[in-house]
Amino acid sequence: MTTYEAVIGLEVHAQLLTRTKLFCGCSAEYGAEPNTHVCPVCLGLPGALPVPNEKAIELAIRAGLALGCKVRTTSRFARKNYFYPDLSKNYQTSQYDEPIDEHGELVIEVDGVEKRIGITRAHLEEDAAKNVHGEGGGLHTVVDYNRAGTPLLEIVSEPDLRSAAEAEAYLKKLRDILMFIGVNDGNLEEGSFRCDANVSIRPVGQEEFGTRTELKNINSFKFVRKAIEYEIARQEAVVSSGGKIVQETRTWNEAQQKTVTMRSKEEAHDYRYFPCPDLPPIRVSEERIESIRASLPELPDAKRARYVEQLGLTPYDAGVLTGHPEIARFFEATLAALGDEKLGKKVANFIQSEVLRFVETRGLEATFPVKAEALAGLLALVEKGSINGKIAKQVFAEMVETGASAESIVESKGLAAVTDTAALEAEIQKVLDANPAQVEQYRGGKQAVFGFFVGQVMKATKGQADPKAVQEILRRLLG
Amino acid sequence: MSAPRSIVVQTAEAVRKGERTAVEVCEESLARIERHDGALNAFLYVDREGALEAARRVDEARAKGEPLGPLAGVTIAIKDNLCTRGVPTSCASKILEGWRPPYDADSVERLRAAGAVLVGKTNLDEFAMGSSTENSAFGPVKNPWDLSRVPGGSSGGSAAAVAAGLSQASLGSDTGGSVRQPGAFCGVTAVKPTYGRVSRYGLIAFASSLDQVGPFTKSVRDAARLMEVIAGHDPRDATSLEREVPRYEAACDEPAKGLRVGVVRSQVEAVEDAEVRAAMDATLDALRDAGATLVDVELPHAKYAVSVYYLVATAEASSNLARFDGVRYGLRVSRDDLVEMVEETRAQGFGPEVKRRIMLGTYALSAGYYDAFYLKAQKVRTLIRRDYDAAFEVCDVVLSPTTPTPAFEFGARTHDPLAMYLADIFTLPPSLAGLPAFSTPCGLTKGGLPVGVQLTGRPFDEATLFRASAAIEARLGLGEHEARAFLGDKA
Repeated sequence: MTTYEAVIGLEVHAQLLTRTKLFCGCSAEYGAEPNTHVCPVCLGLPGALPVPNEKAIELAIRAGLALGCKVRTTSRFARKNYFYPDLSKNYQTSQYDEPIDEHGELVIEVDGVEKRIGITRAHLEEDAAKNVHGEGGGLHTVVDYNRAGTPLLEIVSEPDLRSAAEAEAYLKKLRDILMFIGVNDGNLEEGSFRCDANVSIRPVGQEEFGTRTELKNINSFKFVRKAIEYEIARQEAVVSSGGKIVQETRTWNEAQQKTVTMRSKEEAHDYRYFPCPDLPPIRVSEERIESIRASLPELPDAKRARYVEQLGLTPYDAGVLTGHPEIARFFEATLAALGDEKLGKKVANFIQSEVLRFVETRGLEATFPVKAEALAGLLALVEKGSINGKIAKQVFAEMVETGASAESIVESKGLAAVTDTAALEAEIQKVLDANPAQVEQYRGGKQAVFGFFVGQVMKATKGQADPKAVQEILRRLLG
Repeated sequence: MSAPRSIVVQTAEAVRKGERTAVEVCEESLARIERHDGALNAFLYVDREGALEAARRVDEARAKGEPLGPLAGVTIAIKDNLCTRGVPTSCASKILEGWRPPYDADSVERLRAAGAVLVGKTNLDEFAMGSSTENSAFGPVKNPWDLSRVPGGSSGGSAAAVAAGLSQASLGSDTGGSVRQPGAFCGVTAVKPTYGRVSRYGLIAFASSLDQVGPFTKSVRDAARLMEVIAGHDPRDATSLEREVPRYEAACDEPAKGLRVGVVRSQVEAVEDAEVRAAMDATLDALRDAGATLVDVELPHAKYAVSVYYLVATAEASSNLARFDGVRYGLRVSRDDLVEMVEETRAQGFGPEVKRRIMLGTYALSAGYYDAFYLKAQKVRTLIRRDYDAAFEVCDVVLSPTTPTPAFEFGARTHDPLAMYLADIFTLPPSLAGLPAFSTPCGLTKGGLPVGVQLTGRPFDEATLFRASAAIEARLGLGEHEARAFLGDKA
């Protein structure tokens, strides 16, 4: 029986985080009342002309550099001509043979194995409007042009992916990078990060590609994986039973848990691309490219490696803390406020065990229960020995609820550790005096009783005693 | 022969001094439109109320002692492919009939700011595609010099309006000669600025890489004044360039002595019409008389201009005109099915010449043909531009006839699109090279039809063209021998 391998290439449309649209001054914000973010330019009114958004060009360069692309010093907008009502001019202003970014790559890791995935190109283009069908129960389709002209970066991978897992890893990696460099908010639900997948299969060892299908509109990582897995299995079943793959566009139907035909390639268009005569070539100097390169922040991979090597975090913890740019920022800010890198592991542990469950992310934004400086204030108290780890958790809960600082909570509730050795020694002596039998046992060689004394002391001091000090004094008094 | 009066400059001066009110000037224009436009059909829309309102504002501003603009009270007609806020703008097409733009074109905005009184919108070949206005969906414009003849196109309405004194100046648009050719046919000064000199914002695109807005006036000096107003950088047009706008009126006063005029000998000699040839000879004599030196130049690639133009312009047009689909504005022929609605709207909304060009352009851009047609055509454009660069090594302006013949009769070429396209044979090369080019009246045929001479300049060197045109006008201008005579109107 022939074994097949899958060949997958991904096209990602990432909305660039600009305030305004690609060719006009309208707001690019999501979720406004229909047709309120529109003007003659994005409505394609006769006589209106596009003017490129410099910020979008900069973000496209930024993304290109972060993905290891060569940024073209001269690139060009081109018109992609086809009729559809969501396209106000009946052409989409995009880029064709001279895209802004080319020849990049991205390294993914699946099951501990690293793999290089080529990035063919990344180009600027305007988004289409949104067709709304059957509004108000009618048969009509209405169009909301708010989204028309929103800047997108279309990032096209080489057909280097061989499994659904690799595709998912690539997408997550790509999304992480774009979020960390502030180019895209990674919001799949609102459609600001969208993915189409080209999938084909071929017998293992065969050079040429099989006929591919294009999976469109997959709006979650889970669906990407399921859709590609399903599609590979479907194609194998078709080919194994002697059938032929039809080149077509398919979409993932979550209800039926399968991919279904959207349109066949016979309806494919000749897009009649040509350079947009309204827009001069985009010229970018080498100096500008280098200055943008210099402004790139630490990318997630480098950050993870640094957390492991420099801060001593486990790869898993480093992964969690770099899961969102704001979480990494919060971690680093807390550590910076503490002013001691050696505390990295402790800070990481506390954030993971206590803080993260309160953190909510939406796109690039994240809300934290306390400020990084406040958390640092709490952890500093632990370091000083003013409170122990257990009390710290209590204090943190109180901080979240009241917004008060760790110090004021510790003070007002009298939670400071009993560090006065004389007082502690008196407390311990009381415990020993109250339990002569156990003292005898210990001195008779029964070491296990030591824990009993510690417990009793902690109970007597309501947990505020520094356990280390307790142990020291106990040993001395018992010895 | 002598230079005509500079009515634009004189009117602005008279209004500024209070010798005339803007309302008087406006009413005179409106009265002339009423009286003559039935015969001419130069206007698609007369904005009586808007014009009078603008004129009153000028008079009020003067009464309050506010400074007046350089075009205060001057009546101007606007080609109907330039957007005018709230005023119907149709491109002489059924598909856009009745559409009122929510904004002004940049050039229109600048005219208003300069105190101009916009009297109405002028007729044209549908979407500026044509050389006679016979492609207007609302009937052709008549040439005021001879009502049996075309005024030229596509800006025929704007040229005729000025020639007949219906407005003191007008704006047209020139893609391959659409200002210069009607300027020559109607005996008025016509300016096609350097590509990028005047903003295209609000000019409804025909061929984006060629379209330029330009003025029509009776005198060269008047054109200079309009150009000073409409030229300049506009951040809303990415192809508009940031270049200083010189004092064009001052350039009109500079003597032509020492000017080097390059005569495109092959083009002059290609003219079969004896009267046009005679007018060219007279022009060369006049320039010599003014102290200019004449040299022969050649444009070896100009012979490809018609082919190149009809590939580039139609390709761009096929894309530019895709937006007229019945979805957002203009005509919609209702159908239950979307595709049918779009197809039927375009089938009924566009005229035959527009359809012909959309089809040509669609074909030129199609997969497998792009390289051979569009791309090749763009390369030839570069060669044509280099021909001019070489010519400008030895001269300051390049001279050729504007058109091979004077205005032709209605119907003479409608049966043969190619013959019609050849009416633009001399105006196409400067357009393809993006260079400024003027048409200046240089004589009348025995039958009393105007002839124009075309002067082409270096990029952004309109000033030298004003200087040369003024020299020709001073010697060969049509003076007060106005087209209105043909309307039985000697007033």
